[in-house]
Amino acid sequence: MAQFLQFLFSGVTVGAGYALAALGFTLIYNASNVINFAQGEFIMLGGVVMVIFIHAGLPLPVALALAIVLPAGVGILIEKLAIQPAKGADVVSLIIITIGASLLIRGLVQIWFGKGTHGLEPFSGHAPISVGGASLQPQSLWVLGVTALVVVALWLFFSRTVIGKAIRATSCNPLAAQLVGIDIQRVLLISYALSAALGAVGGILLTPLTMTSYDVGIMLGLKGFVAAVVGGLGSGLGAVIGGLLVGVIEAMSAGYLSSAYKDAVPFVLIFVILFFMPRGLMGAKVTERV
Amino acid sequence: MKRLAMPLLALILLLLPLLLPNSYYYDLVIRMAINAVIVLGLNLLIGFAGQISLGHAGFFGIGAYASAVLPTHFGWHPLAAMAAGALATALLAALVAKPIFRLHGHYLAMATLGLGIIIAIVIRNEGMYTGGPDGMPVPPLEIFGYEISGERNWYWVFAANLLLSVWLCRNLMDSPFGRALRALHGSEVAAQVVGVDLARYKMAIFVFSAFFASIMGSLSAHYIGFVTPNVADFFHSIELVTMVVVGGMASVFGSLVGAVLLTALPQALVSFDGWETVAFGAILMLFMIFLPRGLVPTLAARFGRGE
Repeated sequence: MAQFLQFLFSGVTVGAGYALAALGFTLIYNASNVINFAQGEFIMLGGVVMVIFIHAGLPLPVALALAIVLPAGVGILIEKLAIQPAKGADVVSLIIITIGASLLIRGLVQIWFGKGTHGLEPFSGHAPISVGGASLQPQSLWVLGVTALVVVALWLFFSRTVIGKAIRATSCNPLAAQLVGIDIQRVLLISYALSAALGAVGGILLTPLTMTSYDVGIMLGLKGFVAAVVGGLGSGLGAVIGGLLVGVIEAMSAGYLSSAYKDAVPFVLIFVILFFMPRGLMGAKVTERV
Repeated sequence: MKRLAMPLLALILLLLPLLLPNSYYYDLVIRMAINAVIVLGLNLLIGFAGQISLGHAGFFGIGAYASAVLPTHFGWHPLAAMAAGALATALLAALVAKPIFRLHGHYLAMATLGLGIIIAIVIRNEGMYTGGPDGMPVPPLEIFGYEISGERNWYWVFAANLLLSVWLCRNLMDSPFGRALRALHGSEVAAQVVGVDLARYKMAIFVFSAFFASIMGSLSAHYIGFVTPNVADFFHSIELVTMVVVGGMASVFGSLVGAVLLTALPQALVSFDGWETVAFGAILMLFMIFLPRGLVPTLAARFGRGE
């Protein structure tokens, strides 16, 4: 039982990180129907920027703010410099552009930051909390707490603010949204900034537990995407549930089956989902009009 | 022009050895040919079916490791191993693609990316057979008692392969299958209306291109004589996609141009560690933004010929 609980804790913690990444995918997918392959790099950037500023001696809150704002800025840059100029391109081209952006970011970080792996001190100490015979890292509580806060804040943002409603309107029908005076370009810009910030938050929270390096983005981003698909691409609630589910399944199979194949588990999962329930857990039934 | 293209390519391949001063250049040209054949197949998928595969290196890896593992550990003939690898790859591709092509959107990109990563993980973990991260030697390719060795001999093997693949692709485009593909390329809805089974055609191209990649994986493993898990890596898949993008989507000769240019590029960047990734990223973005049709179709349109 204690062992099960232990796996559950680590699964839910990592899963919260996947959930944040999945929310990022969902945001951009809803706003522009594009799967943003650079999502994982935002997670990496959050962690790496945080490490750099903490090691430079900046106080935690300042480093934290910078580690969220800078990746968000990168998100805005990608939208402004790469997505907008390719206006009118088909989805395949846009996806290739985001792949290019992710390589560019990863390569630059590798050159600037090196290939090494770096850690970060947990936000509130190492002393584990004992729960039912299993030990829970304080950092896990940070991850779960902040993720819950972010989810609530996002929900308020999308249901109560004008900008949030404008984004939702755009995802329903861009043309109609434009007709009622919504600036689509701005919606896209905000979506990229927000989704980059979400990824960065995940990266910052997970770094004390899992370490970071220039290449963690591929795996984390992919698993975030798996989470989004498991939950049903386009659904916010689905993204969160999918993230937690992917995290837990991964931790359980690492614990009980094989740790060497831990990273393969989410991808096997995606095939199972695509075979048996292609719309995911929460996905809407869509009929495409011609 | 269109009629002259094939003899011209044959002539170039025939005369090229006269210009190659040493085995380094032979090796470079062979690598170009290997990539060109894979890119031909991948281009059908990206250019005509409008789907991206980010796992073609995985298929390449299956072929390469089939040719390494089966003869070494199980005593298979290299040709049998190559065929087994290609068949297994085709089967795997079909199995994976079947549910995906029923869906809209770009699930294939992520699914193939995941598949490629799974293949790379398996290769790294099954060290008993594959030598793990260190890789393993590949026995030489022997056909009718004759062992192929040396860059000069291999050059002819790959040149013949390239010519055959180009011929195959061009004929495929002129067959009913190819017409269906081009219809699909123009408008999926219109193609569907005139009776093209979208899912079936997309799957056929995907399986076909995976098969190409596996065969080339086998041949290049025999040629190099050693395989490492890197051949199945994500970055290798990205290199292949970049070749398609640069050369030109849905263009046979674009595939060749893309493969030649981008195989030469890493040689030029070899002394700048890390810049390779940056260069590929920048090339992908710049081409998609400013030259979305790629080099060959854009130039062909400018000179008013069309392919």
